[in-house]
Amino acid sequence: MKFDTPATTNPIDRLKVIGKPTNRIDGPLKTTGAAPYAYEQRDIPANAAYGFIVGSAIAKGRLVSVDTADAEAAPGVLTIVTAANAGTLGKGDFNTAKLLGGPDIEHYHQAIALVVAETFEQARAAAALVRADYARARGAFDLTAAMDSAAPPKPMFGTIADTAVGDFDAAFAAAPVTLDARYTTPDHSHAMMEPHATIAAWEGDRLTLWTANQMVAWSVGDMAKTLGIPKENIRLVSPYIGGGFGGKLFIRADALMAALGAKAAKRPVKIALPRPFIANNTTHRPATIQRIRLGATKDGKITAIGHESWSGDLPGGGPETAVGQTRLLYAGPNRMTRMRLAVLDLPEGNAMRAPGEAPGLMALEIAMDEMAEKLGMDPIDFRILNDTQVDPEKPERPFSQRQLNECLTTGAGKFGWAKRSAKPGAARDGRWLTGMGVAAAFRNNINATSAARVRLDKAGVVTVETDMTDIGTGSYTIIAQTAAEMMGVPLDKVVVKLGDSAFPVSAGSGGQWGANSSTAGVYAACAKLREAVAAKLGLNAADAEFVDGEIRSGDRRVSLGEAAGDAGLVAEDRMEYGDLADKYQQSTFGAHFCEVGVDAATGEIRIRRMLAVCAAGRILNPKAARSQVIGAMTMGAGAALMEELAVDKRFGFFVNHDLAGYEVPVHADIPHQEVIFLDETDPTTSPMKAKGVGELGICGVAAAVANAVYNATGVRVRDYPVTLDKLLGGLPAIA
Amino acid sequence: MKAFTYERAATPAGATAAFAKAPGARFIAGGTNLLDLMKLQIETPAHLIDVSRLALDTIEPTKEGGLRIGAMVRNTDLAADARVRRDYGLLTRALVAGASGQLRNKATTAGNLLQRTRCPYFYDTNQPCNKRQPGSGCAAIGGVSRTLAVLGASEACIATHPSDMAVAMRALDASVETVDAAGKARAIPIADFYRAPGTTPHLETMLEPGELITAVTLPKPMGGTHIYHKVRDRASYAFALISVAAVVQKDGSGRVALGGVAHKPWRVEAAEADMPRGAKAVASGLLAGATPSHDNAYKLPLVERTLAGVLAEAKG
Ligand SMILES: Cc1cc2nc3c(=O)[nH]c(=O)nc-3n(C[C@H](O)[C@H](O)[C@H](O)COP(=O)(O)OP(=O)(O)OC[C@H]3O[C@@H](n4cnc5c(N)ncnc54)[C@H](O)[C@@H]3O)c2cc1C
Ligand code: SF4
Repeated sequence: MKFDTPATTNPIDRLKVIGKPTNRIDGPLKTTGAAPYAYEQRDIPANAAYGFIVGSAIAKGRLVSVDTADAEAAPGVLTIVTAANAGTLGKGDFNTAKLLGGPDIEHYHQAIALVVAETFEQARAAAALVRADYARARGAFDLTAAMDSAAPPKPMFGTIADTAVGDFDAAFAAAPVTLDARYTTPDHSHAMMEPHATIAAWEGDRLTLWTANQMVAWSVGDMAKTLGIPKENIRLVSPYIGGGFGGKLFIRADALMAALGAKAAKRPVKIALPRPFIANNTTHRPATIQRIRLGATKDGKITAIGHESWSGDLPGGGPETAVGQTRLLYAGPNRMTRMRLAVLDLPEGNAMRAPGEAPGLMALEIAMDEMAEKLGMDPIDFRILNDTQVDPEKPERPFSQRQLNECLTTGAGKFGWAKRSAKPGAARDGRWLTGMGVAAAFRNNINATSAARVRLDKAGVVTVETDMTDIGTGSYTIIAQTAAEMMGVPLDKVVVKLGDSAFPVSAGSGGQWGANSSTAGVYAACAKLREAVAAKLGLNAADAEFVDGEIRSGDRRVSLGEAAGDAGLVAEDRMEYGDLADKYQQSTFGAHFCEVGVDAATGEIRIRRMLAVCAAGRILNPKAARSQVIGAMTMGAGAALMEELAVDKRFGFFVNHDLAGYEVPVHADIPHQEVIFLDETDPTTSPMKAKGVGELGICGVAAAVANAVYNATGVRVRDYPVTLDKLLGGLPAIA
Repeated sequence: MKAFTYERAATPAGATAAFAKAPGARFIAGGTNLLDLMKLQIETPAHLIDVSRLALDTIEPTKEGGLRIGAMVRNTDLAADARVRRDYGLLTRALVAGASGQLRNKATTAGNLLQRTRCPYFYDTNQPCNKRQPGSGCAAIGGVSRTLAVLGASEACIATHPSDMAVAMRALDASVETVDAAGKARAIPIADFYRAPGTTPHLETMLEPGELITAVTLPKPMGGTHIYHKVRDRASYAFALISVAAVVQKDGSGRVALGGVAHKPWRVEAAEADMPRGAKAVASGLLAGATPSHDNAYKLPLVERTLAGVLAEAKG
């Protein structure tokens, strides 16, 4: 099915199942431990051995020698794989560095060897006996130092390095009120609960991978390319994923090394990456340095808006696209954005929840707060005044839907914004300085081709098969809701099977495109199944209604089970997209509100309450969507207050590579969260009229927190995370 | 983790005798620190002597009017003990500020005192670390040191001791009771228990190899207001950036010990004479001789400010 004209009324609009706050259908499996994650898969060939990866001890240079003799002689060891005996390997399109290093070392903890043994403990003990000699090379590890060498990045996924409209320099110079500020965001780790894990098994030349992966088809392709085998020979199974946040969009060392280990050991091999590898062996969100310049008239109209961002990555890598939202979020006739990419020899940078917008809004939305203060305006009024209903770089493109102002005003009322003191440092509650902050949320909507197969059996059960993944987001449930709505059956008559490359290729989970795209694919397949049912009964699908487990047309009513008969019916289709996303700018919007208390003596910052108001198209399942948004708000609070991969600029690695050192929020950090979804349907996105929310939820949160800290203390911190050491100098004197 | 053998000791004498037969062995109590370090190949004992079931898990009054806390009393039980809560509130507050409920259920009094540093470089066997591998150097000096020591450090090591409980114990003048392989018992005042890092940061306490902690004793209650303020970036489940343990009497006199600033709980008795004069005066004595790095210089004003907050709270 091709989606190239805005949706009209369709069976989804019945909203009997869609739009209802439905419990996750995979919930009981997860809470009872019955959902097998990659490392726990039970339906695998017997006799699996265990692999433990050895990571490079240097960030850049060469492996002079690897001595595996002691490790080979250790108890239980079956085989050891290194670049020297792994055969020729390619590199996947989505990998920047090689997943098995040697002789060249590209980053710290790059895999250099795999030890396979009878037990996990034996493999780990033997891995400690592998001795590697290195020749260190000088690397670049300091983004600030590398700024001057940064160059415009190659266009990737349609993003370009520089944009310009009007005459920014002249307008900025002429503006009566200006802001020119520099902000930094640190490297972030996905820090998902489940580490990357894979079980690999070969049957002849056919490989099966049970793994934790967000993008099944990408990863089959990359694994085939890396191993130099046909894609058809690989089956990748990833039904349950314990968090990904972009860290599992690609194959990583666990998958490749398990495949190589299984081949060498001639047995299935299981590997889970140890926690320190999540920081240094896998990908992370790259740090940014951002310069924002705003110029405005005295009454607050933006006349010049400029956003520059610098980030670094390994040679051949990509930038953190932190200026993207600034091209779209606020009006202003004179504009410039610029991205620069430096070569850094730190571990590979890549996508993490809302890449681009998450760190971009961390800077932009502080800048907006600062500018509002300079103008003597309320920060909400300032944003509303500079709203735009068209793409400000291409005014002929309207936003398909844009309710940013409504998000801000709804939130202001609900949160009690009027009680905020415009003067910072003015509110106190015992030993706590208190303050409120706001920020806009913005994340682009992306639609991606997605296919599904649906089966109808004689019991009237609809089974959906698609390689879509559920990374804890609720994909199982919204897909079941979609099929139930389309076929007119209750939820318990739908079975959803996901995450298997044997199923039709879906959009996968990433970029918050999963919910709308994958359900649209199921919509297309169900539309075909409806036709098949009607055709089998000699009815016209267009006139038929699918209600209560029956197809009804005129005075005929046939149960779906009966229609399917013993043979059952199968339909498969995919949703493809025309150019609506070019004609309309499709984005999601929100407003984040936060109240903090800051200990007047110690500077400890504690969030008191948070509110998000989101306008993101049709909300397919308000309960799952709320969970996504509160999770994202929590992650945003982490980015605001504590998350930072600390770089050792001498040795080139992330030092705090465990969950004791890389702090993410705990329950005590997140006392009260509320989420409001504005009523919205977007007919330009798909027949589902939905968009994503999972990434929108994090966008702007950190700035709302930082702005609240400023409002509480009068101390403006422009370098994340906002930690107490950065406040101490500006807090009130103590007795 | 290196493969190891294991035995369970039935009595303290059995435990020390077992050590005599297997030098280089380790006692294991709750295992919440030791096992993590073994998994990461930081500690590699060939033999473990399990002391967790020794009958050292009671809290008894002493004839001096204090309390004798068995070495195997779990952190949870110690924090909850009615006498501790009444007379040594500082200790309860320090304990519950540490780790998590599950960990405190396992962690023991002795193990807590002997937990090892959280210096991030200590945890990465690729990095030089004098504490982990004597003579290899110190990666933390000149590296990432936001959490590390500002006092008492040496050119060989700038690690901090991470325990919250020990800071309270120091303020309360606790004493560590031990027995060695020859059956000889001794009591080490907590003030003398931890060694300065000097050139041998791998030697952390005055315990001899195989010496077993049997109890920690507290002197008789000293009254006053007990406050433990642990400062950290997140609200719970994090080690202290710094902590202040204070006992403040009605007349403004009192005691202060600091956590998160040195290789041991930091207390300067002479500085306590300034308590009635306020935080600034006390802090200048407490922090004399500090050697902060660029990353951790904030700890000095933070100590002073936190202490000021604590003194204000004590006043009510
Ligand atoms: C995630 C996490 C968070 C934590 N957070 C905090 C925190 O915020 N604050 C804090 O203070 N602590 C914290 N801890 C540390 C925790 O308090 C310690 O791990 C615990 O107290 C150690 O006690 P244990 O009985 O488990 O010791 P073990 O791990 O069994 O032993 C520790 C050491 O003591 C030795 N030992 C044990 N008993 C004896 C004995 N009787 N005689 C001689 N030697 C002995 C062992 O040989 C070993 O070297 C945290 C730990 C973890 C894992
Ligand atoms: S500070 Fe001490 S523990 Fe940390 S690396 Fe240096 S020697 Fe090791």
